[in-house]
Amino acid sequence: MLTYTIRRLILAIPTLLFISFIIFLIVKLSPSDPTAGLPLTIPPEVREQIRESLGVNDPVLVQYFKWLKLMVWDEPLHLVEDWTGWQIAPDGPRIISYQTRSPVMDLIVQRMPQTLWVVGTSYIVGILIALPLGIISAYRQYSVFDQVGTFISMVGFSVPTFFTGVLFIVIFAVHLGWFPSVYDTTHEVTDWDSFVVQVKQIIMPVMVLGLYNASQISRYMRASMLDNLNQDYVRTARAKGLGERVVVLVHVLRNSMIPVITVIALNIPAVFGGAIITEQVFKVNGIGQLLIIAIQGGDVPVVQTVSVIFAVLIVLFNLIADVLYGVLDPRIRYD
Amino acid sequence: MPDGATPFVLDVKDLKTVFRTRGGEVHAVNDVSFTLKPGELLGVVGESGSGKSVTMMSLIRLLPMPPAEIRGGRVMFEGQDLAKVPEETMRAIRGARIGMVFQDPMTSLNPVFTVGYQLMEPLRKHMGMDKAAATTRAVELLELVGIPDARRRLGDYPHQFSGGMRQRVMIAIALACDPKVLIADEPTTALDVTIQAQILELIKDLRQKLGMAIVWITHDLGVIAGIADRVMVMYGGQVVEQAPVRELFANPQHPYTRMLLETVPHIKGARAEKLRVIQGQPPILAKAPESCPFMARCPQAFERCARQNPARYDVGNGHDAACFWDFKTGAPRDV
Repeated sequence: MLTYTIRRLILAIPTLLFISFIIFLIVKLSPSDPTAGLPLTIPPEVREQIRESLGVNDPVLVQYFKWLKLMVWDEPLHLVEDWTGWQIAPDGPRIISYQTRSPVMDLIVQRMPQTLWVVGTSYIVGILIALPLGIISAYRQYSVFDQVGTFISMVGFSVPTFFTGVLFIVIFAVHLGWFPSVYDTTHEVTDWDSFVVQVKQIIMPVMVLGLYNASQISRYMRASMLDNLNQDYVRTARAKGLGERVVVLVHVLRNSMIPVITVIALNIPAVFGGAIITEQVFKVNGIGQLLIIAIQGGDVPVVQTVSVIFAVLIVLFNLIADVLYGVLDPRIRYD
Repeated sequence: MPDGATPFVLDVKDLKTVFRTRGGEVHAVNDVSFTLKPGELLGVVGESGSGKSVTMMSLIRLLPMPPAEIRGGRVMFEGQDLAKVPEETMRAIRGARIGMVFQDPMTSLNPVFTVGYQLMEPLRKHMGMDKAAATTRAVELLELVGIPDARRRLGDYPHQFSGGMRQRVMIAIALACDPKVLIADEPTTALDVTIQAQILELIKDLRQKLGMAIVWITHDLGVIAGIADRVMVMYGGQVVEQAPVRELFANPQHPYTRMLLETVPHIKGARAEKLRVIQGQPPILAKAPESCPFMARCPQAFERCARQNPARYDVGNGHDAACFWDFKTGAPRDV
């Protein structure tokens, strides 16, 4: 298993290099001008000087390798320095956002907690709803519970979050006035009252995303349980005189969780990516919103950096999912 | 007479099992009666769909209910009627007082738990053993069924065993709590011939050592001839003939049994002889049979067979057959 993991990690390097090159090229070749957002009164020659100073007139490959060095070496060191206080970061240039003129990594570090809080909570809520839902639905297949559950999960899976988000705002914020429609990221929890405010403001985005996640995962859970409930080993477990609880929650569940855990692991990068649209709807200034603003403003360094971080996370969690598969299923051995 | 004084370990009377499906009811077990003496090996033969497995599965209530439903009859075991006891009691009997071995050892064990875990489950549940005691007993059991290096193999997963070895593990699980009755549902069908012979030897051997009664379900008459004390032939969900094994092979009294014996290919004899078959299909009974279920395929059928379903007529030597035709006199039975 260890050799397999190491081999996969080494193989991930060319994959990521290739992805980073593609990301760099796509963003580079898109017809957006980093100076387009500047006032029209700036004369063309000044505009050209700005472009020159940003380095956008160098050959593409030169730009790529300069950027790559910053991306994989300088910026991670800055990140480590920020966290630990060790003086290890090099003095050279950093990847600077065109719009804000501050290092992209700083922007990401500022935005990440909001995303992890809101989207991460919704993911956990989604899983906590989905697992029992899927298990009971499968165990009582075609019962009223299953019919209702399957219908709701189909709706939850089919209706986009920008619709449910707005719907929730209209119902719970505008008409009922229970929850605020905007997520205030400056709010700090210091005592019980502010905690209640925090819970109230996080409920709607968490429910919107949680419903979507729960729909998706519960469908996998149900299908996987159904696959296993009719297996011969379930009859053996019953023939041993084990109670239904043990048969279902130990024998069947352990087998059914194998594909579901893989799906859960594969979807984790999306948590870091933030639910781009939901963050917009509830005005959560997380990573997703950062990416949208950067795309609209032609802020190439931000788009590139965020995309590369997503790529790293996706490759990493693919690897984790594969390794987990081997850990959970004794029949799978990679060595 | 006190309960303990009955000469039978298992006394089944008029057992009736029905499946309720969307296409209507299927009468799978129709008034099946049989007895099992302590230490006896009863062979149950019949083609696929004759109701042999369903009969045994319904008497230990291992069929999914619904769709299955026990409509009537009684199953006396250790002074209790298994058709009526609460599920709780039934669970305490299954795997403890009545053990089961199934057809396909490749799928009958749970792939994600070790063999040791699966073997110790009934020990811990029914006999209240702690881990150490259960481990000791599990090693004993694996040695009993002829698995070498037993202690080390407790930590292995089912996929690390061959088919024959897995069936030995299944037998060990079934025998874990020293059951009075072992129900073996085609335990050698999925194995190749040499392994089949080994398993048969093992069962014969274990029966002598442990003295449990065995119900052996099969469609292989050769196996039955070598191992059984008494044979019960099933057709259309009912018992059509029952006799001590020698008597049945020497003197079959039901046309179905006679034809079944003729289908066994012989090594000696004319080379050009084709394999004999019984033409037609076994019936799927949408209601309890009012005529002889074998009538459509029977060369002996006459007018009465269409009017009445024959009862089991005693023909002497502990032998009975459910047929209106008397092969001894070559004329219809005078009843």
